[in-house]
Amino acid sequence: MLEFRNVSFSYEPGTPVLDNLSFHIRKGETVGLIGANGAGKSTIMKLMLGLLPAQGEILVDGMPVTKQNLSVIRQKIGFVLQDSDNQMFMPTVYEDMIFGPRNYGLTREEADARVERVLKELGLESLKHRHNHKISGGEKRMAAIATILAMEPEMIVMDEPSTALDPVNRRRVISTINSRKETKLIASHDLDMILDTCQRVILLNHGRIVADGEAETILRDRALLEANRMELPFCLQGWKGR
Amino acid sequence: MNKLTKAQTELWEMDELAKGTSPIHGLHPLAKLAVTVFYIFTVVSFPKYDLSGLMILVLYPVILYQIADIPVSTCFYKLRLVLPLVCAVGLVNPFLDRKILLYIGTVPITGGLVSMATLMLKGVFSLMASFLLIATTPIDQICAALGKLHVPQVLTTLLLLTYRYIGLMIREVAVMSESYALRAPGQKGIHFSAWGSFLGQLLLRSMDRAEELYSSMLLRGFRGEFYYVGLPKARGKDWLFFLGSLLLFLAARNTNLPELLGSLFMR
Ligand SMILES: Nc1ncnc2c1ncn2[C@@H]1O[C@H](COP(=O)(O)OP(=O)(O)OP(=O)(O)O)[C@@H](O)[C@H]1O
Ligand SMILES: [Mg+2]
Repeated sequence: MLEFRNVSFSYEPGTPVLDNLSFHIRKGETVGLIGANGAGKSTIMKLMLGLLPAQGEILVDGMPVTKQNLSVIRQKIGFVLQDSDNQMFMPTVYEDMIFGPRNYGLTREEADARVERVLKELGLESLKHRHNHKISGGEKRMAAIATILAMEPEMIVMDEPSTALDPVNRRRVISTINSRKETKLIASHDLDMILDTCQRVILLNHGRIVADGEAETILRDRALLEANRMELPFCLQGWKGR
Repeated sequence: MNKLTKAQTELWEMDELAKGTSPIHGLHPLAKLAVTVFYIFTVVSFPKYDLSGLMILVLYPVILYQIADIPVSTCFYKLRLVLPLVCAVGLVNPFLDRKILLYIGTVPITGGLVSMATLMLKGVFSLMASFLLIATTPIDQICAALGKLHVPQVLTTLLLLTYRYIGLMIREVAVMSESYALRAPGQKGIHFSAWGSFLGQLLLRSMDRAEELYSSMLLRGFRGEFYYVGLPKARGKDWLFFLGSLLLFLAARNTNLPELLGSLFMR
């Protein structure tokens, strides 16, 4: 579904952010992308959507990420941005949610039906007619996820989906991720969530892949994690509470 | 509430206003757009001394504000920053044009005075009409209507983004000045030594945001067209409104209605 072949990238000449990166994500896989702040997680996501120009080859569903393919590729991949404030641009949550489907040619009725379905799935019915500027940070994050799900992409890419969420909403996002059949790539520092949702993990450090393998194995490797500015997930730390 | 939060709220209130349910809100955006443009043309086309003829055109905004259930005062309040500028345009006329047109009692009225008043009214009327359009039509619909009139996509997209960009800028200023105030207690406003970096930061930050926001639109299939708005078909009332207004404006422009009415009574 997604393949990076020897991809490099730098924002400023001389300081490479991604360095000769190669990996392959198969259809239906759920992959966690982890690494310290500044490791390059968000950059990888922007590259595959053609928001930044890459050196090397990126294939989405067999298609190279080029200008002609962008429109198809962007319809295939739904991207939840790290900052929801930048994701929501219409006055209300509802208008934001139908924006994508309408652009891709659905009628208003079809778009409406999708919106209802997604809001129900995420338990967000009450947000439907709220104003984007009048909802809380966490609510906005949930709404942003909803706008992407309403587009019914083949692959869902989420940049830090669980930040700013309360435990109930965090659980909802986790169970939504788990119940979806699409290919998923999730960048997060919330390793417990990664453990709950992903079978496979890619660990980045300074734009290079340090480890790529089974989530259980990598997330239990205390030495590996600590060498890359991370800690064991809480649930594996043997912390029983007071 | 500080000034910026207020500015932000005001912008959002425009979105709210535009979502009303009055008969004017229900009219076809294209009809409203065309009528507004035509109204402004009519207003602007009045000769510079024709103050009395121009006056009658105040009826259009006044009546429509009534029907749209928007107090005229809202318009003047929201436009309080722009109005003085518009009015200032004619201020030099009285000095340039000293030809005496008439006397009221013994006070001479110069051509400059009359043309100044005419110019100011033209500005105010045009603003009132534009505001009415924005207050009764969501911005996306206006852009879609412009698209229907074959205004190039670059321009409609630009208009839409500018509208959203202003909101972003205000939000960015609000966030930045809040965090400034938190770390500079007891200061009023922003110390002028910090202005340069503040402005630079503001520009960079809102540019970054605008770019991300635009990518977010692109990622959801936006290609400069306004499919998602779904303009309705024009109905009878839209045509009635459009043609009716057109006729009235033409009549107001070509006959001096106040004079006509006056002469009826004088006879
Ligand atoms: N617009 C930009 N211009 C220049 N450098 C940038 C830009 N955006 C990011 N970088 C740099 O690129 C590197 C990777 O950034 P990226 O946002 O991909 O990290 P990340 O893994 O998503 O981090 P985080 O966990 O903090 O979100 C960082 O060192 C960052 O400083
Ligand atoms: Mg990031």
